[in-house]
Amino acid sequence: MENKGLTKVDLIFEKIDNREVLDKGFKMTREEIIQEMLDSGLKGRGGAGFPTGMKWKFTAAEKNPDKYIVCNADEGEPGTFKDREILDRVSNKVHGGMAIAGKAIGAKKGIVYLRGEYRYLLPKLMIELESFHKMIKEIGYDFMIEYRMGSGAYICGEESALFESIEGKRGEPRNKPPYPTVSGVFEKPTSINNVETLVTAMMIIQHGAKNFIQYGTKDSRGSKVFSVSGDTPTPGIFELELGMTVQQFVNEFGDGDTKAVQVGGASGFCVPRKKFTETIIGFEGVPTGGSMKLFNSSRSMYNVLHNYLEFFTEESCGQCTPCRVGCQQLLKGVEKVKKGEAKSTYLNELMKLADSMKIAAKCGLGQSVGNAFKSIVGNFKEEIIY
Amino acid sequence: MINLSINDQKVSVQEGTTVLAAAKKLKINIPTLCNHDDLCVAGNCRVCLVEQKGARTLIASCATPASEGMEIHTNTLKVRNARKHIVELLLSEHRSDCTKCYKNQNCELQSLANDYAFGDHVFLDLVEDKKYNIDRSSPSFIKDDSKCIRCQRCVRTCSELQYVSAISVANKGAHQKISSFHDRPMSQVVCTNCGQCVNRCPTGALVEKTYIDQVWDAIYDPEKHVVVQTAPAVRVALGEDLGYDPGERVTGKMVNALRQLGFNSVLDTDFSADLTIMEEGTELLVRLKKALVDGDKAISLPMFTSCSPGWIKFVEHKYPEFLPNLSTCKSPQQMFGALAKTFYAKKRNIDPSKIVSVSIMPCTAKKFEADRPEMRSSGFKDVDFVLTTRELAVMIKQAGIDFRNIEEAGYDTIMGDSTGAAVIFGATGGVMEAALRTAYEIVTGREVPFGNLNITPVRGMDGVKEATIKIEGCLDAWKFLEGAELKVAIAHGLVNANKIMRMIREGKAPYHFVEIMACPGGCIGGGGQPIPTNMEIRKKRMKAIYSEDEHKELRKSHLNPDVIAIYKEFLDQPNSHKSHELLHTHYVERDNF
Amino acid sequence: MYQVGNLVKELSDKHGRERDSLMPILQAIVQKHNYLTDEAMVEVARELDISAAEVYGTASFYTFLDTQVKGKYVIRVCKTITCSMKGKSDIIQTIEEILKIKVGETTADRQFSLIETNCIGWCHKAPAILINELPYTELTPEKVSEIIKDYMQK
Repeated sequence: MENKGLTKVDLIFEKIDNREVLDKGFKMTREEIIQEMLDSGLKGRGGAGFPTGMKWKFTAAEKNPDKYIVCNADEGEPGTFKDREILDRVSNKVHGGMAIAGKAIGAKKGIVYLRGEYRYLLPKLMIELESFHKMIKEIGYDFMIEYRMGSGAYICGEESALFESIEGKRGEPRNKPPYPTVSGVFEKPTSINNVETLVTAMMIIQHGAKNFIQYGTKDSRGSKVFSVSGDTPTPGIFELELGMTVQQFVNEFGDGDTKAVQVGGASGFCVPRKKFTETIIGFEGVPTGGSMKLFNSSRSMYNVLHNYLEFFTEESCGQCTPCRVGCQQLLKGVEKVKKGEAKSTYLNELMKLADSMKIAAKCGLGQSVGNAFKSIVGNFKEEIIY
Repeated sequence: MINLSINDQKVSVQEGTTVLAAAKKLKINIPTLCNHDDLCVAGNCRVCLVEQKGARTLIASCATPASEGMEIHTNTLKVRNARKHIVELLLSEHRSDCTKCYKNQNCELQSLANDYAFGDHVFLDLVEDKKYNIDRSSPSFIKDDSKCIRCQRCVRTCSELQYVSAISVANKGAHQKISSFHDRPMSQVVCTNCGQCVNRCPTGALVEKTYIDQVWDAIYDPEKHVVVQTAPAVRVALGEDLGYDPGERVTGKMVNALRQLGFNSVLDTDFSADLTIMEEGTELLVRLKKALVDGDKAISLPMFTSCSPGWIKFVEHKYPEFLPNLSTCKSPQQMFGALAKTFYAKKRNIDPSKIVSVSIMPCTAKKFEADRPEMRSSGFKDVDFVLTTRELAVMIKQAGIDFRNIEEAGYDTIMGDSTGAAVIFGATGGVMEAALRTAYEIVTGREVPFGNLNITPVRGMDGVKEATIKIEGCLDAWKFLEGAELKVAIAHGLVNANKIMRMIREGKAPYHFVEIMACPGGCIGGGGQPIPTNMEIRKKRMKAIYSEDEHKELRKSHLNPDVIAIYKEFLDQPNSHKSHELLHTHYVERDNF
Repeated sequence: MYQVGNLVKELSDKHGRERDSLMPILQAIVQKHNYLTDEAMVEVARELDISAAEVYGTASFYTFLDTQVKGKYVIRVCKTITCSMKGKSDIIQTIEEILKIKVGETTADRQFSLIETNCIGWCHKAPAILINELPYTELTPEKVSEIIKDYMQK
């Protein structure tokens, strides 16, 4: 595996001339835009990591002329706050990215689904939106963006739950197939992309795919915005090349006593100190939407695990058995083990349950609960038991 | 056609077929729970998971369409482990008191546990800390959240099949539950008591409120004279809970069994169904005359039938502006009850205060109907206890009756005689057909112009049926109807009732008379009928109803000798003052939440 | 309690009467009143021609569409791991002492409600809270004390 080392980059928050980039993009054909995305190797920046070029290609191929580009601004993964910064500082690039995507897939309508906790950003975003619409009209492209608010539900970050929410229903993930590119919001072909992905798309149009692939590794092209928090002297937003090791990350951001790094939030993986050097941060190693939490030796990993499990039991939509009940069993189970009311061997049963949840749950939430559970229990068993 | 393989066996299916259905074609059974033939796909219980080659996760076979070249395995180690976990997880949030539960041995969760999860259960009991609610507010059913496994069949039923949507899924995560509007008691919301949710609940979370003990008490009480009436739809379904296949007519054995249980008189709701036709037929003709001849603008048309209490409550909540359109006739059950404590009591010389009137119904809403405060026109509660078909089967088992092998027997007299027109009340379109057979003959003096009296346009499982009957050659008294085209409509399942109501509200419905049954298929698909239910079963029961009709000597309500007698001796004539007192009722407006 | 009056009709005129108008309408009612009364939900059900149980079922899914009474200012304290590590308990204790209510409660004068919530996206400036829609970050007991007292003056 390639290891690029830790390199700071400044592309996402770069001030640009929106009009210039849009003009460039709109001069390209939809096939050219899609090819540029494919050549760039850009993968979704929300955490799932689906190749953006492929997503736009599938949606473009749909015959139905009524299509949507949806921006997933329901950032809710614990420890992730990069989309908030992006929307606060460069929302013009978000809107621009949506327009480019719209051109590529053939959509005239864009929807930004903004989480309720970020409502305070709305006035500023509306001002930017107005000037964006003016610009698009001048360019002569038929494209309108509307904003839809969330109201406090982590699961609405899941693509099909997000569609359900827009449609006025409970945010319960759908059965797949059909996939969003075929049947998405309002059952129309939809490409749903993360805030950062859309900004990165603008970047790729601006600088070209060839430039983009200079950053990152073969499987994890480009740079990414990381949200760093926890036991670190320098919490905040940092744009870094993909492909560094966790050790390199800790060298830069740790407080000298880092015991573990949770990569990818509550639904991600806990990397213990002994695995820092061998773990790559990227799609070929530990994928992430950017959430990076550092824990030093004063922290109880039991508390961390408990906090995550409580989070999931509350935020699960509740429709499917493995997730709704499984989360409760994992939470109650570790509590009992900690109190000594259950034998420590009970953790083995819970590990098996986590395995089942991974393949039995209806959506990514239930499927990911096991990640944190297994990596924390697996690497910090003594802290759970004693 | 799509070609796939399941457990290394090849199968071809139409596009859109689910993996579950494809497996069924190969006679491979995959267990399910949230899946139900009558309802849209949910895919939430995850019991039906199977392994697909190349897929990262297991797939829900009920929710995944078959695709070309798919390789499925339904019984791998991964699948079996996941399945066991899922069943155990469901059991961990379920109050398992099976030996006390009404659904003991009829519970789908029990069956799954028996098949996939016997032996030690690993997980912690979650029930204790949950403080589950048990709602006993309705006289018709009990909602016990401690048994709910969140399959959402009830929600889908109430929303898709019945368009009532009295319940929905509320909250999320560990607090997710099935709830009425803001958790109000079911008796205080828009629930019609139709019991369709009870028919489809896989566990004991939704069951009818039983009155078996009270009925036994009455039977044992030497002071009491217990009269029982049996609805038409019961006799073609009771057998299903006693070892018979769906669609078997068990009328004679049912009567014998009831007598053996100790009822003092075994009578037939079909009698009062014939009576209802006389009352309602007359009411319709009077309304038509007032509207068409007298030009009375106050007359409300179309007139709706009123024998389905689920439908009545539906109108009271959702379309109260159409209450004047409802026939003022009570349902056959209630007419019977009122007469049991007046006419019958007099004829048998029994003190009406000592009479306990019991009915066996395919219906849960009838329990609510019997409890309505206005249903006391006899001076006593017209019907004291309503038992579902299911409850009767329980009583028969409790009494140790070998149902399959007992002799057939006939009903008692006075209110035990009936015609074929009465028995078809049990099927959607039956009331309409019975009414037409009588009304047409009253007006023209001739039989309805349909072969063998079978008015086929009003029969069948289509949600909304329409028919137009031309009236020609009228008798003198009815000349005002000469050449008229009587337009009728029939709907079953409240979702279809809603369609008709919308049409009428928008002025797009030209009907004069509409029959509505709250339950899909009519009473044969009622909320109190044996479980399970599906389209095939309902069709079989329906066939049995029409067969029962064909085998009857008399097939027109106005020829029922008991009916003729009761008018002569007691009621005088249809819609008389006495009839209005005992056999007609009124309705109330209710809130729409 | 508040009277919903013409609000639902006005909102329906603005956002439409389709199913996807439900969220904007409920959100607008909550913007104004901080929670949904039964009356409001029944009105919405009527305007949109869906069942009241459906409206309730949808609203109760979303943490911010409260169906229980809430005060004029809803204080949401983040309890997810980083805020938890950085002193959220002290923040809660401070607020509880000033307002004389516990987490989950509303003051008698209906001015303040205090609840816990999950990650609100300010982990690098933990501990953080939202008061209605405004975030307050890098809190200390002293800082939050001042903030609450400011609100009490309003």
